[in-house]
Amino acid sequence: MDNLLLMMAPLFSSKLLLVLFFGTLFGLILGVLPGLGPTTGGALILPFTMTLDPLSAIVLLTSIYCAGTYGGAITAVLINTPGTPAAAATCLDGYPLAQKGEAGRALGMATVSSTVGGIFSVIILVFFAPILAQLAYEFGQPEYFALAIFGLTMLASIGEGSPIKNLIAGAFGILISTVGKDFMTSIDRFTFGINELTEGIGFIPVVVGLFAMSEMLTQSTLINQVFNRIALKAIKLPSKDDYKKTWKTILRSSGIGSFIGVLPAEGGTVASLIGYSEAKRFSKKSEEFGKGSIEGIAGAEAANNAATGGAMVPTLALGIPGSATTAVILTGLIIHGVRPGPDLFREQPDFLYGIFGAMLIANVLFFIFGFFGAKIFARITLVPNKILWPMIFAVSVCGTYSLNQSIIDVWIMLFFGVLGFFMRRYGFSVVPVIIGLILGELVEGTLRQSLVIFDGNWLMFFTRPIALTFFILSLIALAFPLIRSKKFKK
Amino acid sequence: MKNVQKQKRANKSLPFFVRDEFKVCLVIILTSVVLLITTFTFDIVPPILNRGIQPATFPKALLILIIVMSLLIYYLAIKNPWKIEKKLPKSFYLTILSFFIFVVISKTLDFFLAISALSIFVSYYWGEKRIFYLLLVGIIFPVIVFVFFETILGLRFPPGIITNIYYS
Repeated sequence: MDNLLLMMAPLFSSKLLLVLFFGTLFGLILGVLPGLGPTTGGALILPFTMTLDPLSAIVLLTSIYCAGTYGGAITAVLINTPGTPAAAATCLDGYPLAQKGEAGRALGMATVSSTVGGIFSVIILVFFAPILAQLAYEFGQPEYFALAIFGLTMLASIGEGSPIKNLIAGAFGILISTVGKDFMTSIDRFTFGINELTEGIGFIPVVVGLFAMSEMLTQSTLINQVFNRIALKAIKLPSKDDYKKTWKTILRSSGIGSFIGVLPAEGGTVASLIGYSEAKRFSKKSEEFGKGSIEGIAGAEAANNAATGGAMVPTLALGIPGSATTAVILTGLIIHGVRPGPDLFREQPDFLYGIFGAMLIANVLFFIFGFFGAKIFARITLVPNKILWPMIFAVSVCGTYSLNQSIIDVWIMLFFGVLGFFMRRYGFSVVPVIIGLILGELVEGTLRQSLVIFDGNWLMFFTRPIALTFFILSLIALAFPLIRSKKFKK
Repeated sequence: MKNVQKQKRANKSLPFFVRDEFKVCLVIILTSVVLLITTFTFDIVPPILNRGIQPATFPKALLILIIVMSLLIYYLAIKNPWKIEKKLPKSFYLTILSFFIFVVISKTLDFFLAISALSIFVSYYWGEKRIFYLLLVGIIFPVIVFVFFETILGLRFPPGIITNIYYS
């Protein structure tokens, strides 16, 4: 009961409500704009959160996360281009339905299923995050090392694209985290005599580079592309018949999305693809999928928004991000001096339940904004790239510079922009780099401290039951793509 | 799907050294080898002070892992070649060039001027020829962003021709 009251706290704070309002609005705009999204937006707004108290800062970031994930559906339905990668599966049926003159119905279903998925996942978050945090009391350095390894292998195995490429990207992310002074011995590593690198490579330049700048380069290759925009008259709430057809799909996808979200992977992107394919598998009219099936939209959208709450579970309970955007939120927590983990649940329940409550309200808010304002948000996509991207460049440069007031950070951002473009071109996902970068210090730190505890004996890792379990799970995770491809060949 | 298969078959007929998979793996491996060599230049902690592993050990292990996995990717690509990527258009190279121009101007002349120059350059080459919109993206918007960041975050931008005038 106390926790429920704590969750409702944002409703009684005009400041938090204002932050939620702005965050949801900003998240929706980011979600609608193809190429941008909650990860880039969160990274760019991170410096501004320094002017806020920790709760308001995290509420702002989480509301951007929830609304941004939904916003991608508007573009997916109307111009057949996912506003965010998580909305890719929504295009498959959203756009064909819009082509049939039912854009309002498609967006109505996307809005309702996103909201249900989002709220469902917050409930999961409220129940499971404290349990997971309680379990974390049993974790020592070796267990955290094994957990981080498990996270990275999961990322490789269920993330998009080739698992080996994902592993390389994850290892590269960890390698970036080793740049600078070694935290145990203060010895310089990969600094090449550049003073600014002794502090290491910041998270923001890498995120903005890999997401925003690489997207700018991608857009530079598509300047002659013509989008067929479908006009939207108004969003329609799903009919009784639509509810009857889709309620099971929405619930199933909400469960799938929440579960996938908990695993450190590409959060909503993978969740929506699995949600979509499961919706198709269980559907009585699977032949309609890809031609404008309302169940397809419901399956994809409920899953990707359900992943938001799921991804927050390991982020808050263990300090292990469940997606690229939660990696940004984790950075926000650290910048504001909040250490995620079991102690957070014991010492700052008001803070934590404030975040849960804010996520719940953000899901309701984007429903309202989406329902009444989708037509306006859809118009944002009319801003031509030749105007939009130079503007995004200016904001990205200033945002990256602002955190450390370092011009080197801006150059690092540009370098990662070029690198990110080529990574994506050749099938390397950039998300593992982000997760690797944020987990890097944890992986190396816990490994080295464990070896100190074990007196250099590696085999001692296998004498710890929890660590051993995570190592076995990591092996299974690595073997999973192999088994999947063999099964597929058969 | 058929198109991808066609592109893959076309890729298989090319000599190995011009294929994307060879070039990509070569770049990764060469970079990793250079970085691996660099790790041998890291200072060594004397045994009496050392607790656990040396600072160079962890990056070394990561780089070896990356090299092994890159070789594995190449081996798999021999059996199942990557599809041929389309040639990059001129606008891409011009955008990359604008990044270089940005770095040079921000280093030598002025940070604001660098943003302004890049914005106008990119916007123009992406097809915007109307003066008002070029001014909007090149001057009006960067000024708004500068003032916004300065006011809200109390940010001080690096000195340069224009920023010096602004601050004076």
